[in-house]
Amino acid sequence: MAVDIGLDVVRAVEPDRVHRSVYSDPGIFELEMERIFNKVWTYVGHESQVPNVGDYWTVQIGRQPMVMVRHADRSVHVLYNRCPHRGAMLYGDRCGNVGKGIICSYHSWQFDTDGSCKAIPLDKGYQGTRLTPGDDNTNIKAAARVGSYRGFVFASLSADGPSLVDWLGPAKVAFDDMCDRAPEGEVEVVPTCFRVIQQSNWKIFLENQLDSLHPAVTHESTGRAAGEVEEEISRKGGHAPLSYHFLSAFATPITKWDAFQTLGYPRGHCILTGYMGLRPRDPDTLAYEKVMEKAYGKQRMEEILGVNIHHVLLYPGLSVQSPLQQLRAVRPLGVDRTLTEIWHFRLKGAPEAIYRRALGYYNLVNSPSTMVNADDLWNFWKCHKGLESEGGDWVSFHRNAGQDHETKEVTTSVIGTSEQPMRNQFKAWTQYMNGAH
Amino acid sequence: MARKARTARKSVARKGAAGKAAPRKRMAATATAAAKASNGHDTLREVEQLLYRQAECLDGKRWQDFIELFASDGTYWMPAAPEQTTGEGVPSIFWEDRDLMTVRLKRLTHPRAWSQRTAWGTNHVIGNVTIEREDARSGDLVVRSRFHMMEFRNDTTRHFAGSYVHHLKRTRDGHRIRLQRVDMVNAQGPYEYVLQAWV
Ligand code: FES
Ligand SMILES: [Fe+2]
Repeated sequence: MAVDIGLDVVRAVEPDRVHRSVYSDPGIFELEMERIFNKVWTYVGHESQVPNVGDYWTVQIGRQPMVMVRHADRSVHVLYNRCPHRGAMLYGDRCGNVGKGIICSYHSWQFDTDGSCKAIPLDKGYQGTRLTPGDDNTNIKAAARVGSYRGFVFASLSADGPSLVDWLGPAKVAFDDMCDRAPEGEVEVVPTCFRVIQQSNWKIFLENQLDSLHPAVTHESTGRAAGEVEEEISRKGGHAPLSYHFLSAFATPITKWDAFQTLGYPRGHCILTGYMGLRPRDPDTLAYEKVMEKAYGKQRMEEILGVNIHHVLLYPGLSVQSPLQQLRAVRPLGVDRTLTEIWHFRLKGAPEAIYRRALGYYNLVNSPSTMVNADDLWNFWKCHKGLESEGGDWVSFHRNAGQDHETKEVTTSVIGTSEQPMRNQFKAWTQYMNGAH
Repeated sequence: MARKARTARKSVARKGAAGKAAPRKRMAATATAAAKASNGHDTLREVEQLLYRQAECLDGKRWQDFIELFASDGTYWMPAAPEQTTGEGVPSIFWEDRDLMTVRLKRLTHPRAWSQRTAWGTNHVIGNVTIEREDARSGDLVVRSRFHMMEFRNDTTRHFAGSYVHHLKRTRDGHRIRLQRVDMVNAQGPYEYVLQAWV
């Protein structure tokens, strides 16, 4: 007999398995919007997306249309993309510059880039009414909190909760690792955002990011294809660019993925360690190391380039591949539809060749012509369909359950293919759904 | 492998010959007058046939034949943004030389390319073909055209449309593609699923 848990989120999650309804029930999805996405810090964008005063980018936080905008004092504000008059969205496009100020296209209320109302046309009409020009309710509502860590801007729709740095915790290494790899210590955005929609619940994407049990299976075709051509090129005396290796590494036999390790942090953040030969001894890398050594000194350079990270997951909305300077922001559109926004960053001060190497990965793995995610997205859709079915109640996360090494600050998997990251994510899910911040 | 490639090339050439014999409607006669005069044959008709053959390769999933239409240093490029002037050093949706195209081919035909298990097919229609430039000495051409592609995959229909610019190089066996630029009008939108094959 099927187990129907309704909206009982406590019963839905057990330490080693979860009920399928957390993926497929629209009611639970609405609760997630309210209890998770309206509370957590959500990645909005990078400061370099809005370099000039008045530059803006629109973005969605949970269900809310928001806009990130650069104010005259150079601070970055995150506002609701909604006019306080009759509620029209202020920006219907994705990005641009506000020019002389934010002007609503409906009745021309005018605002400054910090959201404060500058002018209401014919404001005599409000005399003797309950609306007083200058009142706070004539200003554009701002996100409750905005924070930035090394240029990466986050916003929270909730006034309460941990600071951005506390919320990131040890997972802030995602941005430290990315920025430290730049001789100038910071990155700037490559102004292209690839957007791909998957027909599945958002959690299926997050679970897959640190699932090292799947690449050898899901991506075997691409891994082998790239490996064969890579070999063919070297047989002809050539040298295949590192991009081929990025792809062929996906065919690494399933047993080898066990050598990696996953780390689970508070609030569902996780890390998959291990990387595929990002420090070859080719002239490009050596030239880069020279610049790095000059910027940081030998010892610090070794520390920076020795950081061993594949993916960092910032639960519930961001997957960062710091050694390749790429990230995917996860925007749930509905219980069975999820948008990912995919960005690439340039290491400031690094040689062009290093940027191009990572660009190869962006084009081949993260663009809409991806030879890798094509098969992931296919799995996500099939997973979602399967979880809508009554062919079973539970999703299994039993792999190496009970074997994780747990301390207060970090849970470490015994092997790379452990389902520890999924268990860690659901631990956080349960805490949020039960009211934690 | 080498033998297969040679056969594929031959079959492309054969189809080209058959294509030429096909009845043609009156079309842009004046535009091609110069081309005709300079080399004594109908260049426009020849490049149209090449574009149609390329579309047939895609719709027929004859991936090796598709690759063979490119020169050995040829590139297939779909820019990430319309204002891009080169794929060098900027993000692209596709930026593939023949080696990378071969990776894509091998993936598409691998028995465990899981997402290939669902039935899918495309239909390309090519039109508005114009010769933008012709180098009288080398016979190299720049050809602009428009395409409309409908894809049916996994019980869903998608439409992609836009322009092609083919930079063609004259070789002993006819024209080969040095660079094909593909600008889709819907390239910047969010993708419902992804593009697995060339458009
Ligand atoms: S809705 Fe914006 S001014 Fe009226
Ligand atoms: Fe994957």
